[in-house]
Amino acid sequence: MADAAEPLLTTADGRPLRAALTAAQSRAKRRAFLLVLPLLLFVLLTFLVPIIYMLMRSAEHDGFAASAPALVEWFGANPGFDPANPPEAAYAALVQDLARMQVEKTTGMAGTRINYSVPGTISLFKKGAREAADLTPPYKEALLAVDADWGKPALWRGMLSASDVYTPEFYLVASDMKLTDDGWARGQDNERIYLYLFGKTFLISALITVICLLLAFPVAHLLATLPMSKSALLMILVLLPFWTSLLVRTTAWIVLLQEQGVVNNLLVSVGLIDDDGRLSMMYNMTGTIVAMTHVLLPFMILPLYSVMRVIPPSYARAARSLGATSWTTFRRVYLPQTLPGIAAGSLLVFILAVGYYITPALVGGADGQLISNLISFHMTKSNWSLAAAIAAMLLAAILLLYWVYDRLIGIDRLKFG
Amino acid sequence: MTIEPRNDAFVAFEHVQKSYDGVTLVVKDLNLSIGKGEFLTMLGPSGSGKTTCLMMLAGFETATHGEIKLDGVNINQVPPHKRGIGMVFQNYALFPHMTVGENLAFPLEVRGMGKSEREAKIKRALDMVQMGAFANRRPAQLSGGQQQRIALARALVFDPKLVLMDEPLGALDKQLREHMQFEIKHLHENLGITVVYVTHDQGEALTMSDRVAVFNDGRIQQLAPPADLYERPDNSFVAQFIGENNKLPGTIEELDGDKALVRLGTGELIDATAVNVKQKGDKTLVSIRPERVEFKPEMMPPGAHTIEAEVVEMIYMGDILRAVLKVAGSDDFVMKMRNTLGQTKLSPGQKIKVGWHPQDARALDP
Repeated sequence: MADAAEPLLTTADGRPLRAALTAAQSRAKRRAFLLVLPLLLFVLLTFLVPIIYMLMRSAEHDGFAASAPALVEWFGANPGFDPANPPEAAYAALVQDLARMQVEKTTGMAGTRINYSVPGTISLFKKGAREAADLTPPYKEALLAVDADWGKPALWRGMLSASDVYTPEFYLVASDMKLTDDGWARGQDNERIYLYLFGKTFLISALITVICLLLAFPVAHLLATLPMSKSALLMILVLLPFWTSLLVRTTAWIVLLQEQGVVNNLLVSVGLIDDDGRLSMMYNMTGTIVAMTHVLLPFMILPLYSVMRVIPPSYARAARSLGATSWTTFRRVYLPQTLPGIAAGSLLVFILAVGYYITPALVGGADGQLISNLISFHMTKSNWSLAAAIAAMLLAAILLLYWVYDRLIGIDRLKFG
Repeated sequence: MTIEPRNDAFVAFEHVQKSYDGVTLVVKDLNLSIGKGEFLTMLGPSGSGKTTCLMMLAGFETATHGEIKLDGVNINQVPPHKRGIGMVFQNYALFPHMTVGENLAFPLEVRGMGKSEREAKIKRALDMVQMGAFANRRPAQLSGGQQQRIALARALVFDPKLVLMDEPLGALDKQLREHMQFEIKHLHENLGITVVYVTHDQGEALTMSDRVAVFNDGRIQQLAPPADLYERPDNSFVAQFIGENNKLPGTIEELDGDKALVRLGTGELIDATAVNVKQKGDKTLVSIRPERVEFKPEMMPPGAHTIEAEVVEMIYMGDILRAVLKVAGSDDFVMKMRNTLGQTKLSPGQKIKVGWHPQDARALDP
C-alpha cells in the first residue's frame, strides 16, 4: 500500500499520533536541554564568541577610518582619483585630519593602521600631525615640504584602502602580498615569509604525523594483544606524558638534546663524535620534530589501540588458515581494518601539530618556528588583525582537510577511543 | 581410553601433550587417528582441551610434546598457511572490509590462481551453500545463518583435504542450527572431505559424526560412534555428559563375567552390566538412561530385580511423559514414557516398582 493512502494514525482519544508523541517527549527533551545549557553557554561565551570576534578582526579595522573623517569623505566623493598624483583638495582634507589627530591623540592609531600595509608610516604620521596646525595652503606643497614621503602613491593607496572599515588587506599581507606604488603585488622572494611558513608548518606536521604513525602502530598492536596485566602497565607508560606538564616534558628534551646535554655527552664519552663536533639537536627543526613527536604520540596510539582492541584474533587466524603468509595477512586483513584508527590518529595528530605553539617556541630556536609562533608574534606586536587573518587561513586549511577526510573516509568512521 | 594410531591414518596425534604455563597439562598424552573422509567430533565441556587440540592441528598452537601427522607427514613445524587445512571459526571470521566474493577469492589469490579459475571456483562454492546471489554483499549485510554458509564456502573453496570446524553453529538459534547440521553433514558426504568438528553440544555431536571423541580433563574419555557412546558409555563422565542419565551409587555384591549384582546404599539389589568394576566389594555408580526404565512387569526380563519407587512429579512434554521418581533415597530419578494412546497415567504420590534390562544398567567407576 502506498504511504499516501495510509490513514493518519491517531491515539485512542482521537489525537494525531505524531502530536501525542511530541507532547509526551517534550518534557524529557526540555530537561535534557536544561542539563546541557550551562555547558552550552560556557562554550558559546568563551569559545565561539572570541573566535567570531577574532575572525571579524581579521577583516575589520577602524584605526584610520575613525580618526580621519575628512579624508574618508573626500575618498568617498572621488573614487577614481589617481594615487600617483592626488589633488590639492585631498591634501587639504589630510592636513585637516592630521591636525584633528593631534588634538584627539589618535595619530598612533591611524599611523599604525597604515603602517600594516605601508611600513614606516607611524613616524611619518606623528611628524605630520605635529606640524599640521601650522601648515598653510597650498597644502600639497606644505605637506611635501614636511616630508616628501607624503607624496608616495603606495601611501595614498594604503590610506584609500584603510578608509574602509572592512578590508581584505590583512589576508593579502598574510598571503605575502605587498602594497607597492602600483597597487598590491607579490613581495620579493626573501620577504615571502607567510606562505613559506604555512608550507613548512604543513610539511613538518605531515612528517610528525608519519613518524608518530610508525612509532605508534607497533605499540598500539602490543597494547591490544598483550594479556591484561601487561597491557595495563604499558598503557600507564603511554599515558604518563599526559599526566606530566608540557613544560616539564619539553624541558626534559632540552636537557637530553642540547649541545652540553645527556645525548651529546654520551656520544662524546663513547667516542662516536668529537668534543667540537657535538650534534645540534636542540633550538632547531630537529628539536621541534623530536619534542612534538613525543608530545603527540599518545594521540596516535589511543585511537589506533581502540580500533585494534576490537579486531578479533580470529581474523588473522582465518587468513593464515586460508593460506596467507603473515605479511599478506597483515597487509590485506589486519591493516585495512585498522584504517579508521590510522585515519583518526593521523587527523588528530596533524591538526594538533599544525596549530602547535609552545613546543616550537621553547625548543625550535630560529629555524624551528611554525605558523602559530608567527601568529603569537603578531599578537604580541598588537597587530591582532594580521594574527587573526593568519589564524583564519589556518582554520580554513584545517576545515578543508576535514572536508577531504570526510569525502575520502567518512567522519562517522572516525574512532578516537 | 585411546586407540592405537594406525599407520594409514589421515590425521594422527601421537602422544601429544600441551601445556601453556609449564605447570599444568591442558592436553595429556593424546593419541588419536582420524581416517580419510571421516567426520570426527571432539566433544567436551569448556576447558577440556578439545579446542587446544584443534588449534594444534590448525597450527595456531604448538604441541609441547608428541607428533601431529597429516597424511603421514609430521606437521609440527609446518606454519598454518602451508598446511592447506580449511577452517570454520566460531564467529565466522569473515573479513568485514571485503565482499563475500572477495572473502572467497582470498585463499585463491594467495595461491596465485588466475582470475577465470578463481571465479569458477567461487561460483561453485557459493552455489554449494545456496548463496550464489550474495557475492557482492558485505558480511555485515548478511544474517548469522548466511554468514555461516559463507564461512563454510570460504573454508571449502580451495579444496582442502581436511576441514576443521570450531563450534561453527554456536551463535545460531536452535532451528537454524539443526538445519545447518544437516547441510554440513551432506556437504561432508558429497565432497568426501575429512572433517574435525569441535563442539560442546552433544546433540550436534551425535547427529553429525561418524565418531565422537569425548574430552575431559585433557584426555579422551571415550572414542566411539554416536550410538555406542550413548548406549554403552565407558565411564561415569561420558554417561553423565551425553544425554540424560540416572545414577545410583552402590557396591558390587556379586560379579559373574559382565553380570553384576549391585547393592545400593539403601539396601536394595539391582542388576547391572559390569563395565569398569574389577571385583566384588568395589564401589560403583550404576547408570541407567531414563527411557530404558520400565515400570510394567511385562516389559522387564523374567527374574529381573525391581525396586520400590514413588512418583514425585509428572511432567507433560508432548511427545513424552517425564516422571520424577523417588528411588533408593534420591528423589531425582527420571523415567521417560512415550505418550501413546494407552499409556498408563501415573500421578504424584503413587507407589510403583521400576526395573530394567541388566544391559541397560551399567556399573561404572564411582
